[in-house]
Amino acid sequence: MLKVFKYSFLDLMRNRWTLGYFLFFAFSTFGLLYLSGDSSKVVISTMNIIILLVPLVSLIYGQMYLYQVRDYVEILLAQPISRQAIFGGYYLALASALSISLLLGLCIPILIVQPEGFVANGWLSLLAISAILTFVFIGIACNLVLRFDNRLKGFGVGLFVWLFLAIIYDGLILVVMLLFENYPLENASLILTLLNPIDAGRVLLIFQLDYSALMGFTGAVFAKFFGTLVGSVVLTFGFGMWLFIPLMQLMRKAKRKDF
Amino acid sequence: MSRYVVIYVIVLGWIVTAQARELEVGSQRAVTSLKEALKIAQDGDILCVDPGTYTPDTVLIIDKSIKLYAQGEVHIKAAEGQGIFEIRADSVSIVGFHLSDVGRSYIKDLSAIWVDYSKHFEISHNKILNCFFGVFCTKSSNGIIRHNVVKSNAEEEHSSANAIHLWYCKKIRIENNLAQQHRDGIYLEFVDSSVIRYNVSTQNLRYGLHFMFSHNNEYAYNVFKTNGSGVAVMFSRHITMHKNHFLNNWGDAAYGLLIKEIYDATLSDNLFYKNTTGVFAEGSSRVAMKDNVFDSNGWAIKMRGNSAKNEISYNSFVGNSFDIATEAKKEENLYHHNYWDDYSGYDLDRDGVGDVPHRPVNLFSYLVSRVDESILLLRSSFVQVLNMAEKVTPALTPVSLVDEQPLMRSPH
Repeated sequence: MLKVFKYSFLDLMRNRWTLGYFLFFAFSTFGLLYLSGDSSKVVISTMNIIILLVPLVSLIYGQMYLYQVRDYVEILLAQPISRQAIFGGYYLALASALSISLLLGLCIPILIVQPEGFVANGWLSLLAISAILTFVFIGIACNLVLRFDNRLKGFGVGLFVWLFLAIIYDGLILVVMLLFENYPLENASLILTLLNPIDAGRVLLIFQLDYSALMGFTGAVFAKFFGTLVGSVVLTFGFGMWLFIPLMQLMRKAKRKDF
Repeated sequence: MSRYVVIYVIVLGWIVTAQARELEVGSQRAVTSLKEALKIAQDGDILCVDPGTYTPDTVLIIDKSIKLYAQGEVHIKAAEGQGIFEIRADSVSIVGFHLSDVGRSYIKDLSAIWVDYSKHFEISHNKILNCFFGVFCTKSSNGIIRHNVVKSNAEEEHSSANAIHLWYCKKIRIENNLAQQHRDGIYLEFVDSSVIRYNVSTQNLRYGLHFMFSHNNEYAYNVFKTNGSGVAVMFSRHITMHKNHFLNNWGDAAYGLLIKEIYDATLSDNLFYKNTTGVFAEGSSRVAMKDNVFDSNGWAIKMRGNSAKNEISYNSFVGNSFDIATEAKKEENLYHHNYWDDYSGYDLDRDGVGDVPHRPVNLFSYLVSRVDESILLLRSSFVQVLNMAEKVTPALTPVSLVDEQPLMRSPH
């Protein structure tokens, strides 16, 4: 697995698109920091970009790369290497290459412009969340590629998954809230939010930043939840499920698939 | 003739000043206790108190027009179940004392200094520490309360009292005081024509400033910071509040400024920073909010539907999660020439005023006021899409709440 990981990782790091991904985040963070000068406000703007773009790019880029190396994978499969090692290696290589270019793109500007703002203002959570989102969506991308041999279908489903989790899901939550507005909704809405990795990441960051709006009555309930051990356990569990289930599914599928 | 008058006045003045004796109190002096000194003093006397610690066994009643000065660090500790000073005469001054340890009481309003039916009093440069009430004035007028530090360590609302408390007073100046960790920092009830300036009120359990039924007052240059519920002003007319800072009032029911049943007030040049709600207006009319800065609040202004004819102009709204929240379907207040940081219009004729009207209430703030929990969707992409759609064709948000002349740049 390490060999597969090593070669595909190096291949990816040399890729022009990975460099472009890094440069995009480096320049946009630089630009935002330069324009507003306040690292706590930049976190929010960057978060908006990350929450939309990281899942999309991870999905599409992951699918593109895996469809591209498919012939090579078939050659590898003919060799005495376990299927888990091959697919695990590709998964790890893709996820780490993308997260590294993303993290570098976010860290370098802030370390140059405002090194003192780096530890404060939720930058660390932003970095953690963007890395987790990358891993989650690369996992989903791998699954989709194994499932759909037809590229167009694969991309179509991938785009729908992204659209659903990034936008439609929130609409559904809102509909549920409005339908059941006469019932106590704190726990239900929290659970619904945490079931979606994009929402979970957003809410986690928001609770560190936009505190003043959230300190109303319900806000206080939520803030309390995230401050407690139960809250962090639930959050870790939620993210863990999103990392673990696609990976398990990938391994199972990889073992059984007839190439 | 006029020469005689002049001479008469000079002689009279000499007699009066000659009568003002100076009494010295201290362990090395003829008079050693404050109580004794107050007994032998006469109207117009000056009492100079030597440094040291004094523990009177009862409350010290001042029923003559005398001036008390501390010559250095004079600590006076209250007797158990008693206050320290009670002023019952006109023209009394208490300057420079360290007063402490007035215990709490659920029956009596025990206070470090109680001013009762007094005119022209002055309470200044005192340090009032760990007392139930700090300065308590009833039915008094023309007094000055300034440069005092009033600190306590209140923990619960029901067992604590106010730092500076005025009841049925007139023409009082409260300036440059620090009120910290009491129940209310400054509390005024039935207080008219007074000026409250340059005070700092912080870490109080309830309100930094709280006043009711108090008309024609001016509040300026004060700082209200990190109080339990911010500042509450109720049932008052002709109030002027300007250049105050309302900072960091967070919490379930916390406001920078709560105005309830306020009429004909002016609210100008204030700063509201990081409050859960900057201004909460309920049943208030003809309030002019001008040149205020609302920065990084949860809600900049929550305007209840029963507030009408208020004018909100030339304010800056920057970095608030929500600018305006209201549940009114028809808007009775006037918004114009404000700067909104999320204004997306343009200014073709370059006169500094946007050509497209701005609607400060977005759909999401409407949703949040309807279902609290939807705050979880703050900054979600879906909500941004919804807001955009609502902006183009308003369906749920009040159509008449609109700033027809939004400013392109912040005036501050």
